Amino acid sequence: MTGSIAYLGYGLAAIGPGIGVGLIFAAYINGVARQPEARGMLQTIAFTGMAITEALAILGLVFAFVFKG
Amino acid sequence: MSLTVFALLPTAGGDGGGFVSPGTGDFWWPLIGGDSNFTFTRPALVLLLSVGAIGWFYLSTTRKLSVVPSKRQWMAEQGYNFVRNTIARDIIGSKDFLQFLPLLFTLFSLILVNNVFGIIPFIQYPTMSRVGFPMVLTLIVYLTYHVTAVRRKHGVLKYLASLVPPGLPLWLRPILFVLEFLTYFIIRPVTLALRLFGNMLAGHLMLLVFIVGGEYLLLHTGSIFLGASGVLSFAFAIFMSFFELLIEFLQAFIFTLLAALYISDAVSEHH
Repeated sequence: MTGSIAYLGYGLAAIGPGIGVGLIFAAYINGVARQPEARGMLQTIAFTGMAITEALAILGLVFAFVFKG
Repeated sequence: MSLTVFALLPTAGGDGGGFVSPGTGDFWWPLIGGDSNFTFTRPALVLLLSVGAIGWFYLSTTRKLSVVPSKRQWMAEQGYNFVRNTIARDIIGSKDFLQFLPLLFTLFSLILVNNVFGIIPFIQYPTMSRVGFPMVLTLIVYLTYHVTAVRRKHGVLKYLASLVPPGLPLWLRPILFVLEFLTYFIIRPVTLALRLFGNMLAGHLMLLVFIVGGEYLLLHTGSIFLGASGVLSFAFAIFMSFFELLIEFLQAFIFTLLAALYISDAVSEHH
């Protein structure tokens, strides 16, 4: 078997941010379902949290290209 | 889907060199000037096209404004209202948002049109999948929020001091200063540019894999079963194109939203 292990590493690195983004939007949906008028405020918080969590996956993608060979 | 494509490839003999999977090299499209740093490329052409299209659309829809809007005026107003109310006013605040609205609206229109060009037939190139384009957009946002913050907080030193939240114990302040400095000056711009770039590159690459792989399975394997899975691969590519449309809109929204968020940090009194 030949190939670059960097891609495998990126797949593993994306698990954590994936779960994190899922948790954030689960909480956001929950919040809007309970308090529909708070949607605007929650939306900002949810997307900020998503941006921070997703940064890990983005750095992983970059490192996958940097270390691929 | 992708598993079937890749699992069957080694056994699919094919004619000639076999399947070459698409990679980042497929995004290099020089048009004029050969392989140099000053090549006029296909994304540059797409960007010029998008600037022309956006300019023409907004000029033609707003030249004769009427109280009862035409269909196209209504479309332009909806786009403008979305950025004005949902992004700029809600995040920056009603006191300061008007002066940043032109920047945010330009960013949103430009990124949205360039992203959607990724799946429009015959254009089919998301400009932002070349990292240089999001980098320039990020540089503009980066300069805007730092210059605004330095002005609002009366000087560079006071701005740097305001990075640390007040009311912390003395030993914690240097550590937090380093963290906040890294966040504001390195992490934020890098992730802002790379998020847009990464999403556009990955999305377009995925479409390429399914379409190029489907074409190979259908035409070059000579087996009925593999040909059928090639058709399935095409169907999935069409489905993914619609998913891409959602991602493209979402990325334009998130880029503008985060730009507004960083600006709102700069104009706010505390922190």
